[in-house]
Amino acid sequence: MNVAFSDKAMQEVKRIINFYPEGKQKSAVIPVLHLAQQEFGGWLSTETMDYVASLLSLKPIEVYEVATFYSMYNLKPVGKYMFEVCQTGPCMLNGSDDIVKYIYEKLGIKPGETTSDGMFTLKTVECLGACGYAPMMQMGKNYREHLTKEKVDAIIAECRNNAAAKN
Amino acid sequence: MGRKLLLDKAHIENIRLYDVYRREGGYRSVEKALKTMTPDAVTDEMKKSGLRGRGGAGFPTGMKWSFLAKPEGVPRYLVVNADESEPGTFKDRYLMEFIPHLLIEGMITSSFALGSKRSYIYIRGEYAWIVDILEQAIQEAKNNGWLGKNILGTGYDLEIYVQRGAGAYICGEETALLESLEGKRGNPRIKPPFPAVKGLWDCPTVVNNVETIAAVVPIINEGGEEYAKIGVGKSTGTKLISACGNIKKQGVYEIDMTISVEEFIYSDEYCGGIANGRKLKACIPGGSSVPVLPANLLLTTAKGEKRMMTYESLADGGFATGSMMGSGGFIVLDDTQCVVKHTYTLARFYRHESCGQCSPCREGTGWMEKILLNIENGKGKMSDIDLLWDIQRKIEGNTICPLGDAAAWPVAAAIRHFRDEFEWHITNPEDAQRRNFGLAHYADPIHVPTTV
Repeated sequence: MNVAFSDKAMQEVKRIINFYPEGKQKSAVIPVLHLAQQEFGGWLSTETMDYVASLLSLKPIEVYEVATFYSMYNLKPVGKYMFEVCQTGPCMLNGSDDIVKYIYEKLGIKPGETTSDGMFTLKTVECLGACGYAPMMQMGKNYREHLTKEKVDAIIAECRNNAAAKN
Repeated sequence: MGRKLLLDKAHIENIRLYDVYRREGGYRSVEKALKTMTPDAVTDEMKKSGLRGRGGAGFPTGMKWSFLAKPEGVPRYLVVNADESEPGTFKDRYLMEFIPHLLIEGMITSSFALGSKRSYIYIRGEYAWIVDILEQAIQEAKNNGWLGKNILGTGYDLEIYVQRGAGAYICGEETALLESLEGKRGNPRIKPPFPAVKGLWDCPTVVNNVETIAAVVPIINEGGEEYAKIGVGKSTGTKLISACGNIKKQGVYEIDMTISVEEFIYSDEYCGGIANGRKLKACIPGGSSVPVLPANLLLTTAKGEKRMMTYESLADGGFATGSMMGSGGFIVLDDTQCVVKHTYTLARFYRHESCGQCSPCREGTGWMEKILLNIENGKGKMSDIDLLWDIQRKIEGNTICPLGDAAAWPVAAAIRHFRDEFEWHITNPEDAQRRNFGLAHYADPIHVPTTV
């Protein structure tokens, strides 16, 4: 696969670079990696990271060291929908363990695993700053809060419907 | 009913939008500061207000501003720390999500005082949808002449940008945040030099928490002295508390630091008491890093005084019998909760978030997590408790940044106040594995009020 941003994404890259004084485009690496992950299948391949490096006139290692440090970058392929369930203190107090267990019962995946149809990935994450709305998870750009088994069922159905509608 | 300065208009419909915010008196502080005050006069008001940094450390904001170096011809920067990641803390999110213009207004006034012409909001990467809300607010402010060139005809220029992080608690530490903003791994810098002298791109920089910058608005509007009249002693003004855990009404509350902890937990105006008819067992009053307190020491200090929701009172007794205001992340545990398990999840959090730069923290957080998991699973030894104590003591104070301390304190406090619960796990391994909670005798605080 030849990695290249669409014209629209390229415009966004330029907008981001403009956030910083001239010559400081290295600062753009974190937001541009977010954009790359979104544009190129939800994860960052070496090819994608090299491409980002060339766009920002950085050495590839400068991109790799950032991509491996921050937890939001996926360095391996992930499912179409990723459930990132928070499990830190306040979420644990409100039953996050039960949510992780229930997702396993429903989808047969443990944290770090993806369903065989490539639809869902389960990941456990540390505090997402939604402690008052626990238990919760992140899915894509948004949070799903006050989770119950019924809500998890509804979210799984919603994902399947969305995926079917796109096909 | 306490005074509200930040959230007093949060309930107004569409306050998120510029027109509504402006109609409700928004952007007055910018008019007042830019048209009638000098930058130094704005800083003076901040000093008079007694405002203490709302991120967790509680350092006086006016003093921090006055440390900013001002060499000729070198740009200065204001960076707002919106990397809210301390477990139990979700107040900045609330502010940015519902009243984004309050932050933008505070940033303009603060940037003017500091002489920053390019200011940044560094927001945690997971708050992705809030980036859109903030960028919309910035665009609205710009369209109405509050940002850009020659603001209000005063000759002052300012642009505000939002930078997203990508998942790293450590980037809430100000020098790690600056590294991240420069496009690097979030490894904290050795201080000195402090950011006030050498910060973003080696230029003088002030890093302030979202709530701190929002508080600039009422301080400039009402005057520092008026602001300082609210609260008690050195705990001036109002503070946002994000309350969570096993309480009836979780959420973000603005308090004026005149109420007691007991009132905060049990009154219907705030947390509404413990959920599901349970009893209070323990509480971490200021975000996961600060010491956990058992119910009796939480409500009453060791001296027998009522504990208040102020910086001083929460810290009364030091770490032996007190805790800290911290970030205002108020985590309540009821009598079904297990302190060992809860402490384990926090230890796991700090191991995950350690940047790996200093060995005491990189190695020690992992050891603490493993030992705690063993104890929780009924596989611990009695000597593990002293080993845990020893490890946390060797991390504290021996690292470049305070993450090491933040990882050590919760473990130390849990052992200090709940040692017999750890011992119970070790002497009753079957029970420990079967039951998800600890010793019942902690369930009864000294005093549970029926009415407030």
